[in-house]
Amino acid sequence: MSGGTDRLARLLAVVPYLLARPGVRVADAAADLGVTEAQLRDDLQLLFLCGLPGYGPGDLIDMVLDEETVTITFDAGISRPLRLTADEALALVVALRALAEVPGMSSGGALERALAKLESAAGDAAAEAGQVSVRMDADGDRLAIVRGAVDRGRALRLTYYTAARDATTERVVDPIRVLLVEGRTYLEAWCRGTEAVRRFRLDRIDAATELDEPSAPPAGAGGGDVTGGIFQAEPDYPSVRLRLARSARWVAEYYPCESVEELPGGDTVVTLRTADLGWARRLVLGLGADVRVLDPPDLAEAVRSSAESALKYYPERSI
Amino acid sequence: MNLVICLLSTRRFLSAAQIARTVPGYEHDEEDPREHEAFQRMFERDKAELRELGVPVETGTASVFDTEPGYRIAERDYALPDIHLEPDEAAAVGLAARLWQSAGLASAASSALVKLRAAGVEVDPHTTLGVEPVVSGEPAVDVLLAARRARRAVRFAYRGSGDDAPVTRNLQPWGVVSWRGRWYAVGHDTDRGAQRSFRLSRVVGAVKPVGRPEAYDPPADVDLLAAVATFEGEREERGEATVRVRPGAAAGLRRGAAAAGAEEGWDVLTVRYRDPDALARRLAGYGPDVVVTGPPEVRDAVVRHLRAVAEMAR
Repeated sequence: MSGGTDRLARLLAVVPYLLARPGVRVADAAADLGVTEAQLRDDLQLLFLCGLPGYGPGDLIDMVLDEETVTITFDAGISRPLRLTADEALALVVALRALAEVPGMSSGGALERALAKLESAAGDAAAEAGQVSVRMDADGDRLAIVRGAVDRGRALRLTYYTAARDATTERVVDPIRVLLVEGRTYLEAWCRGTEAVRRFRLDRIDAATELDEPSAPPAGAGGGDVTGGIFQAEPDYPSVRLRLARSARWVAEYYPCESVEELPGGDTVVTLRTADLGWARRLVLGLGADVRVLDPPDLAEAVRSSAESALKYYPERSI
Repeated sequence: MNLVICLLSTRRFLSAAQIARTVPGYEHDEEDPREHEAFQRMFERDKAELRELGVPVETGTASVFDTEPGYRIAERDYALPDIHLEPDEAAAVGLAARLWQSAGLASAASSALVKLRAAGVEVDPHTTLGVEPVVSGEPAVDVLLAARRARRAVRFAYRGSGDDAPVTRNLQPWGVVSWRGRWYAVGHDTDRGAQRSFRLSRVVGAVKPVGRPEAYDPPADVDLLAAVATFEGEREERGEATVRVRPGAAAGLRRGAAAAGAEEGWDVLTVRYRDPDALARRLAGYGPDVVVTGPPEVRDAVVRHLRAVAEMAR
């Protein structure tokens, strides 16, 4: 869409927006309309020149505009916003459907009611929404427990499995928010034991009990941007380089890799960072002949000695 | 803007000449061919722009005696119907609008919010309902949706899980699906002559529209999610293995297993499984902390697996 088209779309929304809010602060209106205050003031100056054929004093759009606020006094017939386009209806309808389908998401039916009203207002434009489908899975019972704790502002006692260390631990956390990211659900919380913000995968919470004490994360904890993904590898984590056969290529898609290099012949070389080499050892042992450790040498050695010690428990007769 | 106001304010169809005489910016000398042609180009461009925005510009004639086409905008087709949202419903809409990271869907969601606000709905952009959802962006999604809307085929290079090198695929897209955090395109693969799904992270390079618009009709009632989610297959766990686990070790294995006592200083667990080989890989991962007692299909697979690792590393 060209800049001019964008601006026309905005002008058509500005008039009914202001009409619905007499005396609105220009700064607030600009924020709601997604523009800067200077841009909105430019738009308002342009609107003074628009109006009904005749274009005399009683025909042009008119408003009371001062340093702070604005009130429309004549709308020249632009009293309603334009209908939603198919793209706009799709973006909201599909997102609402996806959220409403998450088990444990129910919020007194607000999602469903909003969806029904929006579908009816969008009319035919909503018909296109079938071409996008989004499914976000969650364990409904666990989601209901952690959302309840977030809503009520209560601390939680968790039994949590940490895959990187292959350990299950008990801890008390101060819930901050629930994240639904990349198809997985997480509880973001202040972990009192480690004194840090942690994101707990819901499918690794083995038990959660709401405590009778308030959630009190330190001010400013959590709330960070998660659009780049949940797992943020620290640069000082040890780096692991693996050569994967075709049958183990899923590793490159499943784990966040720092680099992925396709070799002729179908093998892939990946570099990933992990907080715990024990995790890498378990991964490599499990992949068996489908993977070769290129780096670090300690890991290759740990894998070999681990496999040999394990074999001692199986007497020769087996195969 | 003045053109929209003018066409909204008229009940009669107005011809291009009438509009030119009325709306500022269009005034010109009709007798001068160059000026008239310039006006016609500008008028066509403006009409196209309005239609792109979704403004329903009607074409018709004011009476049977008119030969020139006329134009008008019917208020009932133009205006968003009245919509009133309760505060919790408006919060749900605000949350939904924040879901998208993909450029096209995100900007469509925010322009939809502007229209809802213009309809008098108050949408707080920061409400959460206790949940922050994010669906990742994938540039190909916008291309595929545009192609689907135009009913144009697309072409892309695709490296499937079993392919050594990317293969060119031709697809008539029916839609896109986000499942388990990944985007897929679903449609009719014209080379294979069948319905196919493609994971977009496996597309190499860009998805390009090819061929003419209106080239196909997507099926009316296809279940896109089912087309993708059937990859999973059966989940039935038919077997049960008995394993010895060193006390304090293999927490991950213990989560899905049943305790079955202790012997000779080991904990004994039973683990249900579907595929003996997949279980063997998992058990082998624990090295000497986990030893399989039976059944033989799992035990032998673990031994085979560990030997392969020991040999490889030598």
